[in-house]
Amino acid sequence: MTELSDPLDINRPPSNRWMEVWRQFRAHKGAMAGAVVFGFIILGVFLGPFAYPHDAQYLPSGRDFITLRDTRPIYVALWDPSAKVNWHYVLGTDNLGRDNLARFLSGGRVSISVGLTAMILSIVLGTFVGLIAGFFRLCDGPLMRLTDLFLALPILPLILVASVLFRESLALSLGPEMGTFLLIVGLIGLTSWMQTARIVRGDVLALKEREFILAARSIGTTPRNLILNHILPNVMSPILVSATLGIATAIITESALSFLGFGFPPDFPTWGKLLNDAVDRMTLYPERVIWPGTLISLTVLSVNYLGDGLRDALDPRSRSR
Amino acid sequence: MLTFTIRRLVLAVPTLLFISLVIFLLLQLAPGDPMAQVPLTVPPEVKQQMREALGLGQPIHIQYFKWIIQFFWIEPLNGIDALFGTGLAEGKLRVISWQTRSPVIDIVIQRLPQTLWVVGVAYVVGILIALPIGIISAYRQYSIFDQAGTFITMIGFSVPPFFSGVLVIVIFSVQLGWFPSIYDTMHVVDDWASFKVQIWQMFLPVMVLALQITSQISRFMRASMLDNLSHDYVRTARAKGLSEASVVLVHVLRNSMIPVVTVIALGVPSIFGGAIITEQVFKVNGIGQLLITAIQANDLPMVQTLTFIFAILIVLFNLIADMLYGLLDPRIRYD
Repeated sequence: MTELSDPLDINRPPSNRWMEVWRQFRAHKGAMAGAVVFGFIILGVFLGPFAYPHDAQYLPSGRDFITLRDTRPIYVALWDPSAKVNWHYVLGTDNLGRDNLARFLSGGRVSISVGLTAMILSIVLGTFVGLIAGFFRLCDGPLMRLTDLFLALPILPLILVASVLFRESLALSLGPEMGTFLLIVGLIGLTSWMQTARIVRGDVLALKEREFILAARSIGTTPRNLILNHILPNVMSPILVSATLGIATAIITESALSFLGFGFPPDFPTWGKLLNDAVDRMTLYPERVIWPGTLISLTVLSVNYLGDGLRDALDPRSRSR
Repeated sequence: MLTFTIRRLVLAVPTLLFISLVIFLLLQLAPGDPMAQVPLTVPPEVKQQMREALGLGQPIHIQYFKWIIQFFWIEPLNGIDALFGTGLAEGKLRVISWQTRSPVIDIVIQRLPQTLWVVGVAYVVGILIALPIGIISAYRQYSIFDQAGTFITMIGFSVPPFFSGVLVIVIFSVQLGWFPSIYDTMHVVDDWASFKVQIWQMFLPVMVLALQITSQISRFMRASMLDNLSHDYVRTARAKGLSEASVVLVHVLRNSMIPVVTVIALGVPSIFGGAIITEQVFKVNGIGQLLITAIQANDLPMVQTLTFIFAILIVLFNLIADMLYGLLDPRIRYD
């Protein structure tokens, strides 16, 4: 029905649905700002380490260790001339002399990778369950009961417990970094697919009654093709929205895990871990708390705005404004 | 309504059993050994005896069954004993913490008041802030107040409690020195001065939790009000000459509260989850902190019990939300 929304404007060039969505999306200022900020953070985090000369894991030794450790960000010199600053280390160094900015960048790479991968896992799972439950009536009851049961699980406590219990065996078989990464991604993905499944199921149930599905069925389309070619494209918009919002939740969950000390190994920075490490000395070095925290919040905020705008753009009912 | 309640209660039993099975299997399948800390000089047969003393020698389904009996039968009996001074549960084995060698439930009951104080007050404060914000934002949609409210709720969504908590500690307790950064659970409230101290030390954790609650509930309130404001009965109410205040605050508000109340009920368990982090930040020794220390100490009975208590809370409040929905909205019939 979207093509008919303003019949008066016949001079508008004919555009497909996604051009229309893009037009709507661009009109949403918050969403555009969110997209720009999130894109900037992703670029900085993934490409930044190539452009930035310092290594996040480099430990100065000997005399360098004394001179390079615990330097403050250069902007501190503006109000505190006695602060120990070093122009080579823009955001200062930590208590072992490692460069803060490099650590924030590599921490962000981990946090955002976890967020994106966990989101993909949970979306794939949720879409699969939702499609199957909505399309095949036999599976509907059992799968939806399963979803309800998963919704009743105490997620954060279970993730905490599981991350401790399975960390060592996975670290032994896959290496400490890869093992923890897979563990955390798996845990977040396995515990966050339920909302998507419910939304997708609801939409599939409604779509199944439409004429075009009946038409497709009448010319002998197999269930597989029916799902992949006719139903899936039509439930893409709610999936996209819950995907964006899923990134935000996954990043927050990962940071919370790291903050509580249940995440990645100690020498493997993530934003939550950096924040947690800095809490003990936050009176002396507040920047080490504020930067990672702000980065987490900014990422999540931009993703949330992005999702908001996407929802408005994709949902024809909210387009009237 | 009664049949519905009974049916839901009956349905809650398999749900809880499933959750308990998940928790139990998770802890059983975990590749950790509670005997790992025992010195290597202890001979294997002694180790085997110790294992059996912990109840680890038996097959999994018997262990699970015994745990269920302990949790659902012996512990409630103990509760009755403690309340009425009877001797129903004498000599029965209770769920014992591996850390402290005392019954798990006793420790949980010791820790519960701290959590309830902070979480409960935060929830009430959050709701009290959220409702007016939601109402005004909806009534004056796209006004400056609405834009600001949306922005603040977005921030509440996006700033995780472990950052907002640390931030308010840096600002208000380190820089300004207004509030203490650590929650003192030994503090006894017996007069006005000590009550004031209690309020003072609760302020920061409550505000951090309340920010989260406010941002969720005010969005729901706003959406629900907007939904109702465009209905025909609002025009009718205005047309028959009711004052604007009574249209908005009586007619629309009462109808918009229906979904919001269920959201409030559904949110209670997740707040306990969020309190785990807030308790860690402000060093409140509630049940969240108990869970963290139990996980770190590999205290499986404690972890099992606490996780299961969280699960019971979720199932219980789901039930309450469903029933409230039926009670508040006469259009909903559960037949």
